[in-house]
Amino acid sequence: MATAPASRPRPAPTRRSRARAGKGPRKAGTAASASLPVLRLELRVRDDLLDPAGRSARAALQQAGLRGLGSVRVLRTYFLEGPLDAEGRRRAAQALGDAVLDVASFGRPRAAPRGVHEVTVMRRAGVSDPEAETARRLLQSLGLCVAQVKAARTYRVQGRVPRAALGAAAARALGNEVIEEVLAGAPATYRFPHPTPAVAQRVEVLLRTLDGEALLALSRRMGLSLSRVEMEAVQAHFRTLGREPTDVELETVAQTWSEHCKHKTLGGAVRMTEGGTVRTFRNLLKETVFAATQRLAKPWCWSVFKDNAGVIDFDGTDGVCMKVETHNHPSAIEPYGGAGTGIGGVIRDILGTGLGARPVANTDVFCFGPPDLPQGKVPKGCMHPLRLLKGVVSGVRDYGNRMGIPTVNGAILFDPRYVGNPVVYAGCVGILPRRFVRKGARPGDLVVAFGGRTGRDGIHGATFSSEELSAESETVSSGAVQIGDAITEKKVLDVLLQARDRGWFHAVTDCGAGGFSSAVGEMGADLGADVDLSTAPLKYPGLKAFEVWISEAQERMVAAVPPRAWKAFQRLCASEDVEAFALGRFTRDHRLVVRHGRTVLARLSMEFLHEGLPRVQRDACWTPPRLAEPRPRAKASWTADLAAVLRMPQVGSKEWVVRQYDHEVQSGAVVRPFMGPHGGPSDAAVLAPKLGSRRGIVLSNGINPAYGDIDPHQMALLAVDEALRNAVAVGADPARVAILDNFTWGSCSRPETLGARVKAAEGCRDAALLYGTPFISGKDSLNNEFRTEDGRVIVVPPTLLVSALGVIDDVRKTVTLEAKRPGARIVVVGRTRDELGGSHWYRLQGWLGARVPTVQPDAPRVLAAVSRAIRAGLVLSAHDLSEGGLAVAAAEMAFSGHHGLDLDLRALPVQGRLDDARRLFSESPTRLLLEVDAARLPALRRLLRAARAPHAVLGTVTQEPVLRVRSSRGRHDAIHSPTEVLRKAWRSALPVPTETAE
Amino acid sequence: MTRSRDPRILVVRAPGTNCERETAFAFEAAGAQAVHAHLNAVLARPRLLEEVQGLALPGGFSFGDDLGAGTVYGALVRNRLLPRVRRLVDRGGIVLGICNGFQVLVKTGLLPALEGSEEQSVALAANVSNRYEDRWVTLEATASNAFFTRGDRIACPVAHGEGRFLARDEATLERLAAGGQLALRYVDPSGRVPARYPWNPNGATRDVAGITDPTGRVLGLMPHPERNQFPWQDPRFHAGEAPPVPEGMLPFRNAVRHLREAFGMAGGGARRGRRAGARA
Repeated sequence: MATAPASRPRPAPTRRSRARAGKGPRKAGTAASASLPVLRLELRVRDDLLDPAGRSARAALQQAGLRGLGSVRVLRTYFLEGPLDAEGRRRAAQALGDAVLDVASFGRPRAAPRGVHEVTVMRRAGVSDPEAETARRLLQSLGLCVAQVKAARTYRVQGRVPRAALGAAAARALGNEVIEEVLAGAPATYRFPHPTPAVAQRVEVLLRTLDGEALLALSRRMGLSLSRVEMEAVQAHFRTLGREPTDVELETVAQTWSEHCKHKTLGGAVRMTEGGTVRTFRNLLKETVFAATQRLAKPWCWSVFKDNAGVIDFDGTDGVCMKVETHNHPSAIEPYGGAGTGIGGVIRDILGTGLGARPVANTDVFCFGPPDLPQGKVPKGCMHPLRLLKGVVSGVRDYGNRMGIPTVNGAILFDPRYVGNPVVYAGCVGILPRRFVRKGARPGDLVVAFGGRTGRDGIHGATFSSEELSAESETVSSGAVQIGDAITEKKVLDVLLQARDRGWFHAVTDCGAGGFSSAVGEMGADLGADVDLSTAPLKYPGLKAFEVWISEAQERMVAAVPPRAWKAFQRLCASEDVEAFALGRFTRDHRLVVRHGRTVLARLSMEFLHEGLPRVQRDACWTPPRLAEPRPRAKASWTADLAAVLRMPQVGSKEWVVRQYDHEVQSGAVVRPFMGPHGGPSDAAVLAPKLGSRRGIVLSNGINPAYGDIDPHQMALLAVDEALRNAVAVGADPARVAILDNFTWGSCSRPETLGARVKAAEGCRDAALLYGTPFISGKDSLNNEFRTEDGRVIVVPPTLLVSALGVIDDVRKTVTLEAKRPGARIVVVGRTRDELGGSHWYRLQGWLGARVPTVQPDAPRVLAAVSRAIRAGLVLSAHDLSEGGLAVAAAEMAFSGHHGLDLDLRALPVQGRLDDARRLFSESPTRLLLEVDAARLPALRRLLRAARAPHAVLGTVTQEPVLRVRSSRGRHDAIHSPTEVLRKAWRSALPVPTETAE
Repeated sequence: MTRSRDPRILVVRAPGTNCERETAFAFEAAGAQAVHAHLNAVLARPRLLEEVQGLALPGGFSFGDDLGAGTVYGALVRNRLLPRVRRLVDRGGIVLGICNGFQVLVKTGLLPALEGSEEQSVALAANVSNRYEDRWVTLEATASNAFFTRGDRIACPVAHGEGRFLARDEATLERLAAGGQLALRYVDPSGRVPARYPWNPNGATRDVAGITDPTGRVLGLMPHPERNQFPWQDPRFHAGEAPPVPEGMLPFRNAVRHLREAFGMAGGGARRGRRAGARA
């Protein structure tokens, strides 16, 4: 064998050529400062004041199972490297602490009194720490001689708790050992690392003589995630060239050909077998979703499926664009950082759409294991779903809020199959002037990188995200964890839009998965590029050249800047504390050349890089599952069932989550997540993104994996229907709605899993054509599986998220869900059928069922009619019927307005003979409840009749806040409950505090 | 510099500030001219403060707020801009700090500036819930010296994690109350105090939502009045119960009216729809 690979992750190469030493970072305090003194500054909240952080820590420790806790208080500790005199210390303490709240002291920690235990949490060396970095910059800007800063939190815990139990609970509840150290006690000092710069080397990997097995082994060892066929294609290419590839070349190919970047499975050929017949696709995505959009050919679609995000017309001058991404695997290992960088990444997608869009809204949809799962049932290597939820929510909160982008719409779903592999969708919406939609780098343009520095974070994120998770992922993949720094990205946003308006770049894109390699390789695909990595500012010395090249360090963008504009661009960046540097140039020789100083590390043909991926036909098959329809027993009263459905975490209030997001910043919010005097759940968000303009955007989503367990084709249609009817419920015009598809699937190397994906793709196509609604962007995440220690594989349910983006003329014509006027009539639109399969009420009984809801051909007509009625001002409020059917929709409408509803099930338009349970809980699509003033009722009925939309007056709004639903059989009430009781049930769904009364 | 009959307000954006556009828009709608500037530009050319009649510090997360809200921004202002800001106030100018801007004013000692003291004497501590929260609140102007808040109740959102007002000690609190500096307080929707959670969203002492300096010309408040500047933003809008003039415009209108009188500028009246601002 030519190679003798030693240990993970690098194979031992046989040929190296040395180059000059790598250039170290520009920051103060590298090797020379090794002998500087280290001071310890401790800040604690005054003893007579409340310490909310301590109380939160106490609650978290308690939830982690620790008993016997007294009070907990938090000490903020900073280790400062540098000589500070008394005056310097005074100023440092004043700058970092609060003069009223904190007591500051320097020196060794005081010995903990009897009965007090201490535990300290701090970021591991090499993990980004924005807090310490901000502190260093502040102290330096005040002229204090401080080279490095380390931040730590020490928790002082009172009570009779065993030391070991405290350590274990702290490791679970207060820190995350993937990125943080959890230490007993309060450390007196900190040893700052002083790494030496790495030497840039040209490393050749000898693969020309390897056989197939050895090639595959090499791919695994290097973490390339390339298949045997792909490795053979690489080998053939370099045999033709008559030389061995370098490590940087292999890494570049692996990143470019990764599932994450190339969509090779779904953009590839598929042979689908179903019911004895076979159909083939040359490119599944192009022939389904994309083909539908092309056929619809909407003139208001400005850019679809080619840029970072799809762009549609907003008001003629400006377009609106949207992108949704997944960040599942990073979030499984480090939920806070994973979710935060998920948001950060999708925001950069929007910043990199056209010549840069201004983000105006974020959306998020999460799927977790059951929140009440006993700790003992959590597989090894996984976090408890509730801990994941809290971490993910905090990550989204801290990133989105700091960016000044409102988080306006979302959903949270629960299913046991998400326990090892949670799903985190993050979406971003931007406003993009029409003249900035097109972009293209030109030969001679400088390759300019700006924003954050490059560190070792997220090496192999693109390839990691394309693998399954396992019990060991937590440890072996920690390099893939990225830590976000929202303020760096906010500064990038600020300078990017100013430079865009001044015409200082020809193209821009984000450094996402694959880092510089992906950004430069894609921007220069039709040109060629020549870059020198030795110019890149690093977070710390010691990075290898290939690490600089593929690092997924956050908050970086790459622009193609014409040389004439470079000085001005640089000045602008400097004036707003943004680092920018020229990495190289775009050329016209169709080659990608990567250097480090004078050493050439890679020289690849763009054609091989982008077109050399071997095409493989994959097999798919589909057999409908054999399912039985349960036979629920008849009951007189369904009130308790309704309360139980409202209490399901998927249905109930997410207020604890949503209130942590800023949904008002930018002053555009019109319809918010909670509306009405008692805050019911809105169907969609409405915002007016341009100050002073009444033109608006509607954002909604549709998702229900349970339907996919029965029929993935129908699931896709239902998700589109749900997204559209949510948008229509607030007043969107379905003729001006675009949609996005995001799939989270298992491994498509199994034909039946790929088969389900094919069915869903065809469902999306059929839905787009049925509703006349184009898809403008989409993304797939495959291999969402978790392998437990005993080898069991947990595959996520087929999870399709459809996000809808609508444009409306006048936000004043929107409606909200809460019942508003006693005496007004309640009209139901749409027909209810015997369709409880996959419903929430079934799930409550532990059933799946077989009769999945089906979208009917008249659905577009029904939605259009409701939209017209709302826009004509005939409707006081509207709410869609989805999770939990009619019963839940009626309850939410009533309690959010603090009114009652008096409804009669006999009036409900149905198909076939339906009992009360089916009338109340069936989840047939394309149905809405409308509140209409009695005087407007005839006009509304005329409109609905003209559209042949099934509808009926179901009852009235009452002053007394009671929900009363009369049975369809006999004279009794199927539901009778004060709305406050139902609201309480709805609010108690998540086992987290919904309201902390003080 | 063109002479304007409209008061000029310097809207300063630090890294991480994120409410500057809507704050400038509200000032312009009230009849002022907003002048945008990055904090670095003001630090490089503090004279900018002499060319305006007002200073606005909008909300956001300046420098990430990693070290506590407003800490870095406050330290920079305290060390490098304080005399210039004082001079602006002394010659009759106004300063408005919203949310993060309020936190900065407190850290610098510009608020409450009891008897001209430069020391920090009040704080905006972590919410009792220890969580960032976004919700609508109702504010009531107390009998105070602040022309800003003269008028009715204001409904507008809060969105912060560190907004719990507290004073260094009881004596400080009493002097602030006696001097009419506790300008705004949270009330429940029917106007009652003390306002319990969630109406007092952060556990602030005496339900304090905003305070002034002894002159009344410096106002800091945690809630965001600029997020209720269009009629459709009021949560009562869809029930047809929103007031015709959005309540959040009150402090902006009052400030502009005051500056017109103080600086002898002819009344231009409130405008709506003009594009926000020149950049300095």
